[in-house]
Amino acid sequence: MYDSGKIIAGLIVFVLFVTFPFLSNMGKASAKPKPSIDTPVINQMQVKKCVESKEFMRSEHMQLLNNWRDSVVRNGDRIYVNKAGQSVTMSLQNTCMDCHSNKKKFCDECHNYMGVKPYCWTCHIAPKEKMPKENML
Amino acid sequence: MLDLSYRTEGEDAEGEHVMSMNRRQFLRLVGVSTVAGIGGTAVFSGLRNKGLEAVQTMPDPRALTAKRWGFVVDISKLQTDEDYQKCIDACHDIHNVPDMSSLPAELQKRQEVKWIWKDTFEHTFPTAPEDEYQNSELKEKNFFLFCNHCAEPACVRVCPTKATFKRKDGIVMQDMHRCIGCRFCMAACPFAARSFNWRDPRPFIKPGKENKEFPTRMIGVVEKCTFCYERLAKGMKPACVEASNGAIVFGDLEDPNSEVRKIIATKYTIRRKPELGTQPGIYYVIGGGEHA
Amino acid sequence: MLDKALTGGRRYWTWIFFLIAVIGVAFITYLKQFNDGLGITGLSRDVSWGLYIGQFTFLVGVAASAVMLVIPYYLHDFKKFGKIVILGEFLAISAVIMCILFIFVDMGQPMRIVNVILYPTLNSIMFWDSVVLMGYLALNLVIGWTTLGAERKGVRPPDWVKPLIYLSIPWAVSIHTVTAFLYAGIPGRHFWLTAVMAPRFLASAFAGGPALLILLALLVRKFTKFDPGHEPIQALAKIVTYAMFANVFLLGMEFFTAFYSNIPGHMHPFHYLYAGVEGHGKLVPLMWVSSIFALASLGLLVFPGLRKNEKILAFACVMLFTSLWIDKGFGLIIGGFVPNMFEGITEYWPSLPEAIITLGVWAIGLLVLTVLYKVAVSVREETA
Repeated sequence: MYDSGKIIAGLIVFVLFVTFPFLSNMGKASAKPKPSIDTPVINQMQVKKCVESKEFMRSEHMQLLNNWRDSVVRNGDRIYVNKAGQSVTMSLQNTCMDCHSNKKKFCDECHNYMGVKPYCWTCHIAPKEKMPKENML
Repeated sequence: MLDLSYRTEGEDAEGEHVMSMNRRQFLRLVGVSTVAGIGGTAVFSGLRNKGLEAVQTMPDPRALTAKRWGFVVDISKLQTDEDYQKCIDACHDIHNVPDMSSLPAELQKRQEVKWIWKDTFEHTFPTAPEDEYQNSELKEKNFFLFCNHCAEPACVRVCPTKATFKRKDGIVMQDMHRCIGCRFCMAACPFAARSFNWRDPRPFIKPGKENKEFPTRMIGVVEKCTFCYERLAKGMKPACVEASNGAIVFGDLEDPNSEVRKIIATKYTIRRKPELGTQPGIYYVIGGGEHA
Repeated sequence: MLDKALTGGRRYWTWIFFLIAVIGVAFITYLKQFNDGLGITGLSRDVSWGLYIGQFTFLVGVAASAVMLVIPYYLHDFKKFGKIVILGEFLAISAVIMCILFIFVDMGQPMRIVNVILYPTLNSIMFWDSVVLMGYLALNLVIGWTTLGAERKGVRPPDWVKPLIYLSIPWAVSIHTVTAFLYAGIPGRHFWLTAVMAPRFLASAFAGGPALLILLALLVRKFTKFDPGHEPIQALAKIVTYAMFANVFLLGMEFFTAFYSNIPGHMHPFHYLYAGVEGHGKLVPLMWVSSIFALASLGLLVFPGLRKNEKILAFACVMLFTSLWIDKGFGLIIGGFVPNMFEGITEYWPSLPEAIITLGVWAIGLLVLTVLYKVAVSVREETA
């Protein structure tokens, strides 16, 4: 093989580069995420139901939020009628986070495990945690 | 054009049956496969129906509606600096508009973010240039400036992603999720109504005064007055209107019976730079009170 | 053929590594801008476009100028340009890549650039600009690479290249016309709202681009075994001269309309740029340098005796290129934003990070140009 030195060196660098994510996480066990619904608002609910079913939310909440966003911002429609026929206001900040006010123990649990960083809360103010729920305006 | 005869059959030195392909043909094959694979996946996932059905969303029944929202501003009803500041604060507070006054003065002027502000006649209507014989009270009084929510907005015309767009009710809206921060709208707006987030706005929102029911914006997007669309949707007046004590009146410009139309029909009103054809929706009463 | 860029002498590699070093520093600076925001530039609420967009505008012109070689050679059989058309096409590729990069570093949310494709907005000139630029890049890549490859094999280029070449001619005109439309259709800014914007853009492009090509051809002759020849350079020089006359003439027209009409809004940007207003005059020295260089370069170029002297020609081209770079890459943008929409003055000057990032993009362009030219020259030397 010509230039075998350069080629083998290059291959080693390439293999290290490509396997870096696995190498850097070696030895760190990641526990299965346990999102918690222990929040003041949810604890007060008789029947603990989200806007849609848990299974639907688990797989489709991102698509749902995208659709809500386009509906509110671009079409001016603010009311969502869920599969059960109930009406809710479409708002991450005021509807979703109202019940799920524990972002660190709920949203972040799965997002951190999956290694995704949605930047919703760069703009949509996340509720302050470990503090009594403040009076909304 | 694509030469698919790359597979040539032949024989190697030992007379063995061999398929040959040279390096360039191989790279071409890999390239085309990658593009087809990625492109095909993208098309497939794009076609997947992800939209909400029409029956699932609807407007809030309390929402105020109009064919074309507009303001009439009567500055004769504003006297002190506080009168002006009340309106500015009302808007900037509930919309979490960052306050850059903690920056050094030159930086503050360059990077300020404002949805509503006040300025003199000369600056508000600069195409009526310095007129030394003009009514001195008119020259000294301050006017309110905001987005004009034009009927034929130049900013909407130029936006490459429709991040700024005109709603059916006339409001020129801003979709912060889609804005790529190219600032073409800022170049196009003849009224300099738009502000850009030159830095992260969060540290500049007055602590303790943030409105938790409204989002902030992020670095790198354009923002401006959006006619309090979120308040109209709940049946409330725009914040500046409420705080202005009658100096700013809002209504449907296409409804001849609205308050705004009645004022425009009876008083002398002007708009900013009307000769440019953008059809602003903000009318300023001239000569409202006893004096200007 | 790309492997030809991997072999070179000490001078070549020193140049390559110098460019890579500049790019590295600029990249780190860009990361800071990405993190902290465009506020680290000199831009402001009033002057929201500056050096980045100015450079983009200027470089679209340089990219379009390849057509000044293609038209004579392919449409009018001007065989003298045969050896240097490839230099023009490769310059176009490098320039378009720089254009795209300058747009990218200027965006507030560059990660969302795909939105321009996902939500095509047919009424937005910026959308069309990205379409025509991408198309032009693709055209030049395919045409340049195919014709060079054919030359290397000693055969005629395949027939399907011909229609693409013919397409590239109106396409080149279109990229700069569309870029001019970015400015010429904006209602509020009198400095830009002129029908003459697109013609002036084309004239300055057809002067500045070939001027750069002349300089590059002279450099190629000096540093490699490939000699573009005396006559093609002279032909280019004539093109540069006529185009520059058109450009200066059109600029004069702008001055006339502004000052004879006496409309304050029209005159103020010229006042600001060339005389300063209310004590603000950061750009005045630059604009005068631009004008003096423009006239001086024309003074040298118009006399055949001087033009035939390649040292004087090179000097004139440097002055001309600098003049146009100032005029189009800087003055044009600032003149649209100062005075602002309230007839007030907010000045603009690039910050250090902004200048470093700009240099970095230029370094990337020069790197692309060096690699492509190395390939072209190597093929020439091989087939000579």
